[in-house]
Amino acid sequence: MTDEQQAPPESAVATSRGRSSAPARALLRTAAVMGLFLLGVAVIWEGFKALFGDPWRYPQLGIDFRPPFHLLQAADLQLPHVWDIVGALANPVQRSAAQSLGQFLVGAAIFTWWEALIGFVIGALVGVVLATLFVHSRLAERAFVPYVIASQTIPIVALAPLIVVGLGRGIVSIVFIAVYLTFFPVTIAEVRGLRSPDPRSLELMRSYAASRWSIFWKVRLPASVPYLFSALKIAATASVVGTIIGEDPGGASEGLGRAIVNFNQQYITGPEKLWATILVASLLGMAFYLVVRMIEVIALRGRRVAQA
Amino acid sequence: MSVLRSGMGAGAVPSGAPVSLSGVGKTFQTSGGGRTVALENIDLDVQPTEFISLIGPSGCGKSTLLRIVGDLIEPSTGTVQVNGKPARRARLDRDYGMVFQAPVLFEWRSVEANVRLPLEVMGVDKGTREQRVHDMLELVELGAFKKHYPHQLSGGMQQRVAIARALCFQPALLLMDEPFGALDEMTRERLNIEVLRIWQQTGTTILFVTHSIPEAVFLSTRVVVMSARPGRISEVISIDLPQPRNDQTRESERYFELVTQVRESLRGRGAAASAARARAEGGIG
Repeated sequence: MTDEQQAPPESAVATSRGRSSAPARALLRTAAVMGLFLLGVAVIWEGFKALFGDPWRYPQLGIDFRPPFHLLQAADLQLPHVWDIVGALANPVQRSAAQSLGQFLVGAAIFTWWEALIGFVIGALVGVVLATLFVHSRLAERAFVPYVIASQTIPIVALAPLIVVGLGRGIVSIVFIAVYLTFFPVTIAEVRGLRSPDPRSLELMRSYAASRWSIFWKVRLPASVPYLFSALKIAATASVVGTIIGEDPGGASEGLGRAIVNFNQQYITGPEKLWATILVASLLGMAFYLVVRMIEVIALRGRRVAQA
Repeated sequence: MSVLRSGMGAGAVPSGAPVSLSGVGKTFQTSGGGRTVALENIDLDVQPTEFISLIGPSGCGKSTLLRIVGDLIEPSTGTVQVNGKPARRARLDRDYGMVFQAPVLFEWRSVEANVRLPLEVMGVDKGTREQRVHDMLELVELGAFKKHYPHQLSGGMQQRVAIARALCFQPALLLMDEPFGALDEMTRERLNIEVLRIWQQTGTTILFVTHSIPEAVFLSTRVVVMSARPGRISEVISIDLPQPRNDQTRESERYFELVTQVRESLRGRGAAASAARARAEGGIG
C-alpha cells in the first residue's frame, strides 16, 4: 500500500495547515467583501451627488463645485454627504447633550442586538424543532407546512401592531417579531438538511439496528449543519430587521428602531442623524452575520465544503 | 487464524449456516402499475468462513439479493436465514457488517470516529471501543491516519476505512456490494489481497457482489453466477485455487481456466436467454 499512502499525507498536511488559519481567513474575506460593498455604496452615492446634487462648497479646501445637473433627490437634505453622515457620529446627540451621536447609537445597537439575539436563538430552535417534526412525520408535515408558508405571506409591518395588541407592549412582542422572521428560513433549510444524508448511510445505520434517535443524532443532524448555517446567516440579519420594525409598535424606549422613529421626526433639522442610524443598523446586521459566519467556519472545520 | 475474533471475545457466534436462502424471490411494483421480477427462486447455502461472490450482468438482482440477506429489503417469497435465524432477527442482533461500492463515510467524523460509529450506536463501552478501533485500523493498515478526515484520503484508503468500520463489531458475516467497483485496477488488485488477508485473520464469512470475473475468481471459495430478467442463479462454480492466494495465483494456469469457465457460464446463459427470447417472439409472430 506504500505508494497509495504516500500521496495523501502531503495533501493532508496542506489541509491541516490551512485549517488552523482557515476561520481567520474566511472571516477576513467576508469582512473585506462587506467593506468593499460599503465603499462601493459611498462611491456611487457621492458620484450621484457630484452629477445631480447641491453645490459642493468647501472654502478651506478651495473647493467650489457646481454639479452639472440638478435633482431634488440628490440635494443635501435628501441625501447628505457621506462625510457629513460619518462626521455626525462625533457630534452631540442632542443640542448641548454630553453624549455623542455615535455613543448613543452604539448603545441603541447593543440594546437592539440583545432583543434580536433572543429572537434569533428562539427562532432557530423553533425552526430546528419544526423541521425535525416534519422529517419524522409526514402527517405533521402535511398538516403544518402550509401554515408555516402562509405565515410568511403576511407583511411584518401589518402584523407587528397586531402582535403588540395580543402580547402587549414590551420586549416579549419585539422578540416575538424577531422569532417570526427567523424561524421560517431555518425550518425550510433544516428540513432539507435533515433529509440530505446519502440513502446508503441510512441503510448503514439500519444494518446496525440503530434507533431513530441514534440516526437523527449521529447522521441527520450532523449532515444538516451546513444547511442550517446557510439559514442562520439569513436569520441573523432578518432578526435585526424584525427587531427594528417591532420596536416602534412594541413601545421600546431604546434601540435603533426607536432612534429611527425619533430622528425621522427631526429629519429637517438633522438629516445626517437618520442616515447615521441607518448606517449603524446596517453595520449591526453585518456584524451579527459575521458572528454567525465565524461559528459556522468553526463548526464545519474538517469538512470538505465550508460554504460561503 | 481467527486470532482477532477469539482475542477480543464477544461477537456473534454463528449457530447455523451464515446464510441460507430458499425459494427467495423479489417482485417490484413499477410506477406504471406493472411488475418487475428482480429475483426468482434463489436457493443458496453458505458455510462458515466461505468467501462467496455473486456475479452477473447489470439488473440480475445481485445487489438486491445482498440487501435481502441484510434485511434492508424484504423478499416477496421464500425464507432467508442468517446465522440460523430469520434475517430480521440477525440484523437486530448485528450479525453482519456491510460495505457499499461508495465508502459512505461521514465527512464530519475523523477516520477513527467513522470506525467507532457502529460501536457508539451499539452502546459498546469506551475502553473496548478505543481498543477495537485501534485494532481495526491496524488491520487495514491505516493506524497512522486515524486523525484524518475522509476527504483527505484516497478512494482506496476510504474503502479500507469502510471495511474497518464494518468489521469493528466483529460480525460473523460481511456483506460487500461491489466494494472495489469504483477504484482503479491497481488499487483494486491490492485491496483484493488485503481483503483476503483480513478474511483469513478474522474468519469472517464474506458475501461479495462484483462485476469483475477475475476479482470473483481470485477471491472466492465459490462463485455464484447469476442471469438477468428474472434474476436467477444459473451456476455455482467452486474455486479450488490453493490458499493463501497471492500475485502468483493470478498467473497460474488453473486461475485462467476458472476465469474462462465463469466467463462462459455468464455468456452461455446470455446466449440461452436470448435464444429463448427469440423463440418466444417467433411464437407470438
